[in-house]
Amino acid sequence: MALATPALGGRTAGDVVRANLTKSQRDVPGLLALIALLTSVLVTILVLFTLIGTILVDAVPFLRDRGGSFVTRTIGSNPDVIGLWPGLYGSFIIGLGVIVIAFPLGIAAAVYLEEYAKPTRFTRFVQINIRNLAGVPAVVYGVLGFTIFAGWLGGLTGGKTVIAAALTLAVLVLPIVMITSMEAIRAVPQGIRDAGYGVGASRWETIRDHVLSYAAPGILTGTVLSLARALGEAAPLIVVGALAGGVGLLPETSLDGKFTALPMLIYGWSGQPTDADNRWQFSNSAAAASVILLALVLFFNFAAILLRNRYERTRTGS
Amino acid sequence: MAIANGVSTVADHTDTESSSTVSTTTRPEVRNVSEVSLSTTAQTADSPDDSAPTVYDIEDLGVYYGDFKAVRDATLTIRQHEITAFIGPSGCGKTTVLRCLNRMNDFIDTARVEGTVLYHGVDLYDPKVNSTEVRRRIGMVFQKPNPFPKSIYDNVAYGPRIAGMKKKSELDGVVEKALRGAALWDEVHNRLDASGMSLSGGQQQRLCIARAIAVDPEVILMDEPCSSLDPIATSRIEELMQEIKREYTIVIVTHNMQQAARVSDRTAFFITEINKESDRRTGVLVEFNPTEKIFSNPDDERTEQYVTGRFG
Repeated sequence: MALATPALGGRTAGDVVRANLTKSQRDVPGLLALIALLTSVLVTILVLFTLIGTILVDAVPFLRDRGGSFVTRTIGSNPDVIGLWPGLYGSFIIGLGVIVIAFPLGIAAAVYLEEYAKPTRFTRFVQINIRNLAGVPAVVYGVLGFTIFAGWLGGLTGGKTVIAAALTLAVLVLPIVMITSMEAIRAVPQGIRDAGYGVGASRWETIRDHVLSYAAPGILTGTVLSLARALGEAAPLIVVGALAGGVGLLPETSLDGKFTALPMLIYGWSGQPTDADNRWQFSNSAAAASVILLALVLFFNFAAILLRNRYERTRTGS
Repeated sequence: MAIANGVSTVADHTDTESSSTVSTTTRPEVRNVSEVSLSTTAQTADSPDDSAPTVYDIEDLGVYYGDFKAVRDATLTIRQHEITAFIGPSGCGKTTVLRCLNRMNDFIDTARVEGTVLYHGVDLYDPKVNSTEVRRRIGMVFQKPNPFPKSIYDNVAYGPRIAGMKKKSELDGVVEKALRGAALWDEVHNRLDASGMSLSGGQQQRLCIARAIAVDPEVILMDEPCSSLDPIATSRIEELMQEIKREYTIVIVTHNMQQAARVSDRTAFFITEINKESDRRTGVLVEFNPTEKIFSNPDDERTEQYVTGRFG
């Protein structure tokens, strides 16, 4: 009504409304915020692509020339003939160790803390400390592994071996596996548990058949991310005694001898001087090893996404 | 009294959920239907039979959460093949009492029960009693439909499976019988492999009822089973309750007084007492009587006030 009153100086109500509704097109703070957000995204993408670009420039011609022999041969002093087989083997054993040790242990501990432990002060203390453990720098875990797995338990692991390294990295990712699993279990609706109890399932049957399957996508995401983390860590391996792939040192593909892993080769090869006599430099082999490590990690992440989507489809019923 | 006396079914109501014939608000619609069915079926308009065998004898039941007393002095008797309704305002402890009847409160760490809950003369809270066995015989349907994120078939087959049934042919039979019992078979028989989550809310709740009756319990506890459903889905569940009460004993918690009036044989009315010093609320059982009496001529003045909408 107010808009339709006269005293509009000859303009109709429609003119006034139009003037009001089209007054200002500019939302300056909003625009600035949008620019800032967009810049952040662009910077991130730029960094990522620069990284991948530089690696690929060094790696692609090298990999084309060397082909499969770079994968199957062992390390040595001449980039024209060396390979990363011992590194692949070491990383494989480490990944296996994480899957066999950290996954079941971490998930089981998470189930206990979420489903069974009464909310006492002790439980809270344990939970806080797990969070703290997840924040401990990797190199400190290296010291732990060196002391315990390569030292005290040297009789079992054989000292500075790939087994000691696998155990160290399993312990390193254990808190991550636990935290993500606990969060996934906590997100399971109470209704699912009630439903299990309601038809006469015991607490364990309910957890096994319903809680874990509902939490599976979340647990899976956490475990695969932690696997990728373990495959990429170099610092604890240095402390535990992995060889850096330098000149003349020849790790074996054995469980109880000298060993190396992909991040160690990248680290070692990156520090080597160039040699004009060779066709290829260590910088090329380091880049090529990086590409292979990245491909491995991407493969695991992709597998995790596929599995997660499959679980989530059954969850939502679409 | 505005509410028809304990009228039972909405049996004339055979629309499927997808139809949209009923779109008016619940109350006048329901009264309408009730009047119609009053002339045709008068199943529970009769007084319930006091000689029916007893299933539960609940005496001086009190429930604590920590040191907070959630319910006190609940005494009532639940009889076979009857529908017993618990009504009352929010926080009056009706759900708490319901969850004592199959020891669901066991899973709340701080919950503690005093008094006795006799089930066929056996104290459910006797330390020798296996609470998992209790829940196998006393099934439960919850407020929010909570099918497992699994296929329709696996939802229903889960209970029999953990009870030890392995043979596919036997399971098939049980699943079909339960789905028919829950009036869901015709809608889902050609897609038993579809996820239970893909059904509509009302279908999900009937799936939950099918899941509960698949283990052939004696009692089915229903905690506000229609509170998240639309009026049509609600009437289907109520209809279903009338059908399955021939085989099961049903205890239902409901916020909806008309629902209690429509479906139940006996009604327990709870209220909340507020302790002025601690500002804590304790649920108390005010009156337990045949539903007809509760809604027409209750013994307690507070019941009368509540059912006529003057408080709560």
